[in-house]
Amino acid sequence: MKVSYFPGCTLKNKAKDLDTYAYKSAEALGVTLEEIENWQCCGGVFTTAKNEVATKLSSVRALKEAAEKEQPLVTVCSACHNVIKQTNHAMQNEKEFADKVNRYMANETPYAGEAEVVHYLEMLRDMVGFDAVKEKVVNALTGKKIAAYYGCLLLRPSKVMQMDDAENPTIMEDLIAALGATPVVYAKRNECCGGYIAMESPELAKKNSNEVVENAKAAGAEMIITACPLCRYNLMKNGTDIPVVYFTELLAEALGVKEDTNA
Amino acid sequence: MHKTYLQEEIIRMSGVNPSKCMRCGKCSASCPAYDEMEYHPHQFVNMVESGDIEPLLKSESLYKCLSCFACIERCPRGVEPAKLVEAVRLTAIRKQGANHMTANDVPALLDDEMPQQAIVSAFRKYSK
Repeated sequence: MKVSYFPGCTLKNKAKDLDTYAYKSAEALGVTLEEIENWQCCGGVFTTAKNEVATKLSSVRALKEAAEKEQPLVTVCSACHNVIKQTNHAMQNEKEFADKVNRYMANETPYAGEAEVVHYLEMLRDMVGFDAVKEKVVNALTGKKIAAYYGCLLLRPSKVMQMDDAENPTIMEDLIAALGATPVVYAKRNECCGGYIAMESPELAKKNSNEVVENAKAAGAEMIITACPLCRYNLMKNGTDIPVVYFTELLAEALGVKEDTNA
Repeated sequence: MHKTYLQEEIIRMSGVNPSKCMRCGKCSASCPAYDEMEYHPHQFVNMVESGDIEPLLKSESLYKCLSCFACIERCPRGVEPAKLVEAVRLTAIRKQGANHMTANDVPALLDDEMPQQAIVSAFRKYSK
């Protein structure tokens, strides 16, 4: 199975592990990730204003390439996923915006949201199947108590994202269970870590992140997994004494394809 | 009541109808930046509805919204307050020289681990 893949800016820099283990795990599961050629940064956050056009063009270019290849567009980073999926939704549903975008890009064949945006987690659940993932596990993470941290961007706004129930999600817990570990459910798993406020008001990011980590620990978590580089940064920066790792790294470990990538 | 041009523009670019608000306060109760805000999400809705926009344009509250979509998700009336915050913020920073953050400000705010995602996101929100 071949899919188009949008890595995003951070996955080629500070979050290389998220990208590297996404590739290795996909390969082990029989999926080929074909990176979008000359992809450009999504911008990190979706601008909801209807008259913002230029900031959404990089997402449209990636979507258009995937549509032309008739492949789903797979994302890993929560932020990229949110921006690209919301942009696609706007291209499908907001005629005036879509018209402006197509004029701006002088598209010979207008783009109208034909591509399907799929998060890597959804790819595992809906295209590979968690049962098939489970069968490929060679290092079952038996007995390990792992808390999934969704943060804000993976699930919201749910009427656009449509990944899972925004208040009671199960997709990451189901992955954790498929890898043989024990999922830990806690209240703050879909509350915001503070995001980019870490630049201007690190104390606010610290307060929010601390609440998430303490809540996960109180529920018995020994480890937290996330799909978002900024969530990981904020939770780690807070001085947590339990590891915060990318879900792709945990997956690679269970599938037996995790090697030392520092070399 | 007659609407001002600015009020109409905010409503148009956000796509929000503030008159749908039933004042339940769930947006502010859900907001992870509530304590940092001079004007809270429910007040944004209220003030845009009444045309009291100038104080919002000048408020630091514009730069405290985390774009976490909690108020958008949880509003029982589908008002989507964060879209109003975004529309007012863009109205403020689209003016010449009104950027809340410039490239020169960035180096002092970085550490070795700061992901690129933080920088590009902050620029989307603070700078035109």
